Amino acid sequence: MCTTERFPLPISTASRDADLGEALAERVKLASARGEPLRIVGGDTKAFYGRATRGESFDVSGHRGVTAYDPSELVITARAGTPIVEIEALLAGCDQMLAFEPPIFGPASTLGGVVAAALSGPRRPFAGAVRDAILGVTVLNGKGEALRLGGTVFKNVAGFDGFRLMAGALGCLGVLLDISVRVVPRPRAERTLRFEAAWPAAKARLTGLMRRPLPLSAAFHYKGTLYIRLSGPEAAVEAAARDLAGEPAPGDIWDGVRHMTLAPLASARLWRLSVPRTADIADLDGEVLRDWAGAQVWLAGEENADRIRQLVQATGGHATLFRGARDGETVFTPLPRPLFELHRRLKAAFDPAGIFNPGRLYEGL
Amino acid sequence: MLDTFDPDLDPTFASIDRAALIGRLKAVLPADGLLTTPEAMRVYESDGLAAYRGLPGLVALPRTPEEVRGVLLVCNALGVPVVARGAGTGLSGGALPFPGCVLLSLSRFNRILSIDPAARTARVQPGVRNLAISEAAAAHGLFYAPDPSSQIACSIGGNVAENAGGVHCLKYGLTVHNIQKLEMVTIEGETLTIGGDALDAPGFDLMALMTGSEGLLGVITEVTVKLLPTPVHAQVLLAAFADVRHGGEAVAAIIAAGIIPAGLEMMDKLALNAAEAHVHAGYPTDAAAMLLCELDGAEADVAQELSRVAEICEAAGATQVRLARDEAERALFWAGRKGAFPAMGRLAPDYYCIDGTIPRRRLPDVLEEIERMSAAHGLPVANVFHAGDGNLHPLILYDANAPGQMERAETLGGAILELCVAVGGTITGEHGVGREKINQMCAQFSTAEVEAFAAIKAAFDPKGLLNPGKAIPTLARCAEFGAMHVHHGAVPFAHLDRL
Repeated sequence: MCTTERFPLPISTASRDADLGEALAERVKLASARGEPLRIVGGDTKAFYGRATRGESFDVSGHRGVTAYDPSELVITARAGTPIVEIEALLAGCDQMLAFEPPIFGPASTLGGVVAAALSGPRRPFAGAVRDAILGVTVLNGKGEALRLGGTVFKNVAGFDGFRLMAGALGCLGVLLDISVRVVPRPRAERTLRFEAAWPAAKARLTGLMRRPLPLSAAFHYKGTLYIRLSGPEAAVEAAARDLAGEPAPGDIWDGVRHMTLAPLASARLWRLSVPRTADIADLDGEVLRDWAGAQVWLAGEENADRIRQLVQATGGHATLFRGARDGETVFTPLPRPLFELHRRLKAAFDPAGIFNPGRLYEGL
Repeated sequence: MLDTFDPDLDPTFASIDRAALIGRLKAVLPADGLLTTPEAMRVYESDGLAAYRGLPGLVALPRTPEEVRGVLLVCNALGVPVVARGAGTGLSGGALPFPGCVLLSLSRFNRILSIDPAARTARVQPGVRNLAISEAAAAHGLFYAPDPSSQIACSIGGNVAENAGGVHCLKYGLTVHNIQKLEMVTIEGETLTIGGDALDAPGFDLMALMTGSEGLLGVITEVTVKLLPTPVHAQVLLAAFADVRHGGEAVAAIIAAGIIPAGLEMMDKLALNAAEAHVHAGYPTDAAAMLLCELDGAEADVAQELSRVAEICEAAGATQVRLARDEAERALFWAGRKGAFPAMGRLAPDYYCIDGTIPRRRLPDVLEEIERMSAAHGLPVANVFHAGDGNLHPLILYDANAPGQMERAETLGGAILELCVAVGGTITGEHGVGREKINQMCAQFSTAEVEAFAAIKAAFDPKGLLNPGKAIPTLARCAEFGAMHVHHGAVPFAHLDRL
C-alpha cells in the first residue's frame, strides 16, 4: 500500500503496535538505581554477534509501529521494535527502499537491532551505510531520560551527531526508542552480470570501473567469479550492461550475499575483514568471499586470529570475528589506548551506571 | 548582541599571565607563528558573520600537527580557551574569538598531500580550499561532492567542523557522507586517527561526532575525503510559478516520482529578481517563485527524467518551463543562484542569512509565516531554498547604520528559526549553531539533551577549553532564554500544526 495522502499519520502496519516508551524508561531507571545490567534484546536474531554480555534480558521488541512515513519527504520514522521486514514491505509499496540493504537473519529482526549492529549489505560502497541513512533517534540514556537527537530532516547540524553514534554501538550507549531513516527510490532498472576471473584480475577490472560514472550498485567475488550489479534509470543501466559485456546472471544472487545465506557466509566460524578496496592481503587459510567491491572480505575457517589481525591491520583495515568466537576470544579489533579511553568516557556520558550491554562491544565498556 | 560573552550565561575561565602564556607558546611555535598585537590580530576578529566581532588574546599559526599539539598542551595546562579557525567563511560566528582565547589558525595547513585515483580518495591538510580538491581531482575524472556556496574560499577542515552541505547534497550527501578518515589532536594532546582507510572502523562512530562538532571536540590536522567520478552529462531545467505554493507542490511531486535531482533549488520573487539584476541569467522576473532542477548521469536518462520533471512542474501550475539551451546558459542559471547572497547588496546595505531546515511539505506554510513576520518586524525577507532537502535560507535585509535595525534583524532571525523547530525542522541545516544560534538550541533541545551534548563535549575536552560559548548552550543560558519565552506568554506559532 502506498498512500499519497499528505499526512498519513499514524500508519499501523500491525495490530500489535504499541508505544512502550514510558514503561521502558521506568525499567531503565530501576536498573540504574540498582546497578543491574540489562541485556537489550529486539528480535534476538543477532545474539551471535559481539562479545557475551551479562545482565537481565530486556525485551524491547514490544515497542513497535511506524509513526510517520511520507514518501515525498524520503524519510520513515518507526519505533525501534518494528520488524524490519514490515518496514521494507511498506517502503516497497511506495517504490522506495532502505539504501543500505541490511542483512536480515529472521522475521523478528527489528529496526533497532539493525541500527545497533549497523551491518550494511552489498549496496553499501555505492549508497552508504546504516549510519549514513539515520536522520535522528530517540534514545533512553542510563538515567531513563528520552533524548531526541537529530530529527527527521536530511540537513541538520544542530547539536552533535549523537544519533549516528548509535549505529554500531551495539546498545552500549542507550536503548533506542524510535528512529528516523532516510529512504531512497527503488532503481527503475537493475541488471546483474558475471565475469569469470581470479581475484587479482577482478580487482583490476573493478578498480577501473569504479573510476567511471557507471550505475554500479554492488560487486562481489567468490570462487573465481565476479558479480556486478547495475541499478538506476533504464538507459544508463542498459548502456553500462552493453559496455561491461558480462554474462547475464539472476538478480536473486544478491539476496544470498545480503542475508548471508550463501556459503561460506553461513559458516559457523566467520571473520569479517574491513579493508581498503585496493589493498592486497596475503593468502589466508579458509574460504574467501569478497563483497563491497573488495572492501569487505568474509573469511570462513580456522585461520590463526593473530595472523588475520596483523595482516588486515597492515592494510589500514580491521578484522571482526563475526561469528563463532570461543570463550574469551577477542571479537572486535582492539583500540589504541587514547581512543579506548575516549570510548570509556563516552559510555560514561550516556550510561553512567554502566547498565547497557556491558562488555558486548569491548571489555570494560 | 551575541558577540558579547556573558559571564553569567557563558563559560568563564580564570585570568592568566599573558606574558607567561606567550613565553610558553613561543617555545612550541616557529618564530613567525605567534601574533600578539591588536593590529596583527584584527583580521581574526570575525568570520563570515561579520556583525559579531572580538579580538582574541593571541593568534597561533602552527605549520605541523606537532606544533598544534604543542599549543593545545600549553593551553590545557594553563586553562586557556582555544578557538580553531579555518578560512573564516563560516556564517554562524563559530570562529568568533572568545575573550582572551588563543585563536588557532589552520591556514598554513594548505597542502594536498596525495590523491589516490584507484581508491578514489584525497588526503589533504585542513586548510586546503574545498574547490581546490575538485580542481586537483579533475585530472583523474573525479570530484569532491559537497559544494558550499563559499567553496572558492572555505577550507576542508572548516567543512568537516561544520558538516558543510551545498546545492548537491540531496544526491551526493553532506560532508559526513564524503569523508573517510581524520587525523586530530585533542586538547589533552592525544593524537587520534578517526575512521580509517577501510569503509568503517572498529568501535563507536567517532567520525560522526567529529563532523559538525564546530571545533568543540578537537583540532583536525588531516582529512581523507572520498572522491566521485564526474558525471558525464548534466542539464538544468528552470520552472516559473505564479504562486509559491505551486512550486512547493512541484518539489514534493518530483521527489515522490522517484527522481533524485543533483540539485533542486527554489528562489522567491525578491531573491530571483535581485539575482537577475546581478547576473542577468534570464530569470522570469514576474514569477512568484522559480525552481532550478539539475539532473546528472547518462544523457538519455537525463533527457527522459527532465521531461518527466517538466510534466510534473506543468501539472503543478508552472507558468514557464525551459531547459538551459547550452552549457553556458546552464552555468549562468547556477551563477544566478550561487550569486544570490551577494546580489542582496542591490536591495539593502546589509543582509542576514538564516539557515533552517523544514520538512519539505511545510514550505508554503513556512513562507507565508515568514512573510507575516517580515511585515511585523518591518524588514524585507528574500528566500533562497535548497528545496530538495528542505534547507531554507531566508535573507533578512537591513541597514546596520539605521538605529535598531540590526537588533530587529537578529530578533526576526531567531523567530524564523523557532518557526522551523515548531514545524518539525531544525535551527541549522548547514551553517552550524556557532555563536549565532546558541539561544535557539534551547528551543530545539530539552535540558536533558543539552546535558547529553555537554557530556559528549566533556568526554573529549574535560575542561571545556575548545571553542567555549559556541554550539552547546550552558544550562544557565537556557534557563534565562526559556524564562524570556515564558515572560512573553503563549507558545510561539500556536496557530501552526506541530509535529
